[in-house]
Amino acid sequence: MVSTDSISTLRADIASRPFVAKLHDWVTTVDHKRLGILYIVYALVFLLIGGIEATIMRIQLIRPHNNFVSPSVFNQMFTMHGTTMIFFVAMPILFGFANYLIPLMIGARDMAFPRLNALSFWLTAFGGILLYFSFLGANGLYGAGSAPDVGWFAYAPLTSQTFSRGHSTDFWILALLVSGFGSIGTAINIVATIACMRCPGMTLGKMPLLGWLNLVMAVLVILAVSPLSAAQIMLLVDRYLGGHFFDTQAGGSAVIWMHFFWIFGHPEVYVLVIPAFAFASEIIPVFSRKAIFGYPVMVAATVCIAFIGMSVWAHHMFTVGMNSNANTFFVLSTMAIAVPTGIKIFNWLATMWGGKIHFKTPMLFAIAFLFQFLVAGLTGIMLSAAPFDWQLGNSYFVVAHFHYVIVGGILFTTFGAFYYWFPKMSGKMYNETLGKLHFWLFLIGFHLTFDFMHIPGLLGMPRRIYTYEPGRGWDTFNLIVTIGVFFQGAGILVFVANLLWSYFHGETAGSDPWDAWTLEWSTSSPPPTYNFATIPEVRSRRPLWDRKHPEDPDWKYE
Amino acid sequence: MSTPPTVISDAHLTWEHPSRGRVGMLCLISAESAIFTIFVVAYLFYIGRSLTGPAPKDVLHVPVFFTVCLLSSSLTIHFAVKSLKNTKVGAFALWWFLTLTLGTFFLAGTAREWRHLIYDEGLTIQTNLFGTTYYSLVGLHAFHVTVGLVAITTVLLFALLGYVRQEHAERVDVLALYWHFVDAVWVVVFTVVYVIGR
Repeated sequence: MVSTDSISTLRADIASRPFVAKLHDWVTTVDHKRLGILYIVYALVFLLIGGIEATIMRIQLIRPHNNFVSPSVFNQMFTMHGTTMIFFVAMPILFGFANYLIPLMIGARDMAFPRLNALSFWLTAFGGILLYFSFLGANGLYGAGSAPDVGWFAYAPLTSQTFSRGHSTDFWILALLVSGFGSIGTAINIVATIACMRCPGMTLGKMPLLGWLNLVMAVLVILAVSPLSAAQIMLLVDRYLGGHFFDTQAGGSAVIWMHFFWIFGHPEVYVLVIPAFAFASEIIPVFSRKAIFGYPVMVAATVCIAFIGMSVWAHHMFTVGMNSNANTFFVLSTMAIAVPTGIKIFNWLATMWGGKIHFKTPMLFAIAFLFQFLVAGLTGIMLSAAPFDWQLGNSYFVVAHFHYVIVGGILFTTFGAFYYWFPKMSGKMYNETLGKLHFWLFLIGFHLTFDFMHIPGLLGMPRRIYTYEPGRGWDTFNLIVTIGVFFQGAGILVFVANLLWSYFHGETAGSDPWDAWTLEWSTSSPPPTYNFATIPEVRSRRPLWDRKHPEDPDWKYE
Repeated sequence: MSTPPTVISDAHLTWEHPSRGRVGMLCLISAESAIFTIFVVAYLFYIGRSLTGPAPKDVLHVPVFFTVCLLSSSLTIHFAVKSLKNTKVGAFALWWFLTLTLGTFFLAGTAREWRHLIYDEGLTIQTNLFGTTYYSLVGLHAFHVTVGLVAITTVLLFALLGYVRQEHAERVDVLALYWHFVDAVWVVVFTVVYVIGR
């Protein structure tokens, strides 16, 4: 085991090195913890950029006939906002946590393929830079760039050379292709790490739920991101080699692009939400001071969600006009997926039931997640009924629904994860007051924005319009929605300030500030490069509980 | 925590895991299968939907000889790995070289077929939907064959320089797994393009 002395000398060494040497260490690193932090920091930068794009859209829509940005800029904003948030914020942030935590939680010294890990990160990083380079370079020789403006799902034939001149769409395709290869690389790494690197005694049934859920997520990435890469290659063939995959003039089909995109697009939702479930499954037990309720059922429900999640994609296409058999199938499969999801919510509630709940910032975010994800699931069931979707497809109701999932579900748990693991990653404790301020500001902002966004949707406001006529009953709601954005922005600023301030001036956290039970808390904070001086051996799902309570260990009951 | 981890002296600690390389390659193969599935679905969906000629039945000839070449290379690479596991390095190099030759034959066959289609039949990727889907699917497979051949050539060079020994059998086996996948995909592509598509 590492003594505290060796750690402090190690850190003193690092601190005394010149900046260029430290930078070189970070750029050439293959350490899973450093790559995890690189992923997370990179995603935070893009979170701010994507947030600014959302703010620009909301300022434009604050009142009817507003002239804050032109229609073409508005198109670029919603395209870049969607693409950025999914591919360069949500996925990297979740991969970052997976990278950082999985080896620590399963008692390994690194991922299975450290160099592949670094390659995957840099592919993702350069994918994001490529996407944003379009602002400068997408019109080629004209010098004035233009960002992609075809929407984040880029329906054909809008993406054909005829309708998308210049290179903005090409930047979009290549950015997603490159970062997609990075994602597949990371997913392969996660599966191999979990399959081959668990410490002695950690059978699959004793692995922390975070490991299990990330394993399922990685399998989904392998099966879902690959079709997107295939579709992007086809689009490149169409645009550069004069192919006809999505060219209706030559007998091609625009609808098949929708199928290919959503075969990726819907499992992608589960790729993002399953790691969010993983955070909730680690945070809720620790702050309820109880072991997770129904561990095997949680695993089974997750596998079930992944399985059904592969067969619901065409519920994004009810309004396209499929035949009634297809409609029926996708309505039923979409409704069916609510069952395992509901099981998970009840398991989290049962974990809290009778527990001694500590309302620290991570737990607050996890509890808000439970409520908000439930509401998001309920509007999801509403939209899964095809006739309802015919009425509200492509309206702001849909926008409100999926932001409830992604912000109310995924982003909230990710914030919880930030506060929960920040002491481990930095060695410093965050400021609890600022954390709570962040929570309440963001909660108020979230509900102002996304609760009220449902209503103009029900009143018929379509998504992706850059302005609207007054007097349709949409004005007040749009004003409230935009006001909420500023609360959220304030919350994010408090969050970033808290991270920065705590990193430099926070109290020393110690190795186990939460009295938690999984292996990452048995290392020092931050953990040494090699994680564990001796590889631990475990006998139950809560190895640290066993160590702290030798008189009443878990393995007697599991 | 400064206390050492709980040491358990039970007998259950004969702790074995599958090989990382194998698991990684199987995952890569799953991802590649998903990519090929999309291309195969597109091919099947667009059969008979071209607005202009030429049609598959007019221009495609079943490449029996080259298919036999590729499929038998799966056998030769299997024997190569088996030889290496039994420390017969010379036999390994021979079987490995044979695999490379058969794979190169196959690739040459694809090149010849494309030349015929482009110069004699006037079918390019721009001509019609058949051209678009045919060159994409067969080209994607040929790309995978090429990657495999580059990897096989690299190992062959190492073998000729005397660097490949019995302890590398597991790594070579991972590469062989990829090659088997490339062959298996050809069975699907062959069925779709030359049997169903014609």
